[in-house]
Amino acid sequence: MHKSMINLTINGDEVDAVVKDNLTLLDFLRDQLGLTGTKKGCEEGECGACTVLLDGLPVNSCCTLAVECNGREVTTIEGLARNGQLTPLQRQFIDKWALQCGYCTPGMIMSATALLNTNHHPTELEIREAIEGNLCRCTGYAKIVEAIQAAAAEMNWEEA
Amino acid sequence: MVLPQFEYIAASSLEEACKLLLEHDGKAKVMAGATDLIPPMRDKVFTAEYVIDLKKIPGLDELSYDEKEGLKIGALTTLRTLEHSPLVKEKNPAVAYAAKVIASTQIRAKGTLVGNICNASPSNDSAPNLLAQGAKVNVQGVDGTRVIPIEEFFLGVRRTALKPGEIVTSVVIPPLAEDEKAAYMKFAVRKAMDLAIIGVAAKIKMKDGVCTDARVALGAVAVTPILAPAAAAELIGKKLTDEVIDKAAEAAMNSCSPISDIRASKEYRKEMVRVFTKRAVKQCLEQY
Repeated sequence: MHKSMINLTINGDEVDAVVKDNLTLLDFLRDQLGLTGTKKGCEEGECGACTVLLDGLPVNSCCTLAVECNGREVTTIEGLARNGQLTPLQRQFIDKWALQCGYCTPGMIMSATALLNTNHHPTELEIREAIEGNLCRCTGYAKIVEAIQAAAAEMNWEEA
Repeated sequence: MVLPQFEYIAASSLEEACKLLLEHDGKAKVMAGATDLIPPMRDKVFTAEYVIDLKKIPGLDELSYDEKEGLKIGALTTLRTLEHSPLVKEKNPAVAYAAKVIASTQIRAKGTLVGNICNASPSNDSAPNLLAQGAKVNVQGVDGTRVIPIEEFFLGVRRTALKPGEIVTSVVIPPLAEDEKAAYMKFAVRKAMDLAIIGVAAKIKMKDGVCTDARVALGAVAVTPILAPAAAAELIGKKLTDEVIDKAAEAAMNSCSPISDIRASKEYRKEMVRVFTKRAVKQCLEQY
């Protein structure tokens, strides 16, 4: 059994851990750290339920090794709210009814967060492209797109 | 599901990576983005006792353009970088487009063009452009470096011309001259997370309204991505009228014998090669 020592930043906190070399980032987050907000879906990079930010970019944590993240920065759904205060995007998902069963929601929000971090004025097409790797089997996506649009508008209002 | 066991090694230099790869020949896999490594290992399509990560090796994420040499894409340059790079969009928009149509935002943030060709799927979206534009593959081995023309790189499904201990360090695509244009067209059912039913890349050179050089490459119609010289021959030396382009498209269709699978039948693939060859050539012409 091959193991490695890793040091990384998760949601702003420095984490030291010993991980098996064949452990995915997804299983590391869920089983070793108890961060179960990141969901396990297809485990082959198709559904996007496991999306987290790696150095600010959205990636499938099921297609990433934990050991590969040594020295890097990971943000999960648990790392978005500050002092119990949801981000505008998280709140808009609730206000716009952008979820039903909720299983895809953390991944959707991470993909949309990555988009809004770099693009404050996304077009509908840009939004749909940003979530192209996130499957939702309940909503039909319309409400999700609306929630992301509303969050972008809110951020722009805050900037003004 | 837990991945089969392996030992992970983050190589700190190319020399070290090549040595390890040779030492553990047949038992080691090279890793860059890992997006096309972890799923097949989980499905036991292949196994590896050692996974050699290239990401800590400095300099492999190069992306540069030289007026003489062309566009150089390093082994660690991600598809996302290619998709968004103003340099790539300006110098070779077909390459930026081919990167953008692969998989999903998440996959492209990790996956690389070099990884895409090294995995050598017949339907990979990176290869047709490289074939149509005559790219060179730079390879490092234990005994030094060599250059493999892309035409000689693909040997079969998931098989390349790389020898034991060899690693692709970069791909270089020659510059497009003023009078040269290129295009890639992917045909798939879905806009994301889908493999090409077929893909067609074209590059043409026009002088005084006459096509003086052309190359057409096809994806997902054979065990490897292929060139269709018969199609190019129909274009060279002619004014590119609709009739001429139709003939070239027909030649492209007749020069491939795809298989029937879950995505499409052999007959449908051939017909789509005809349609998309036409469109790819026309898209080149529209850029003048």
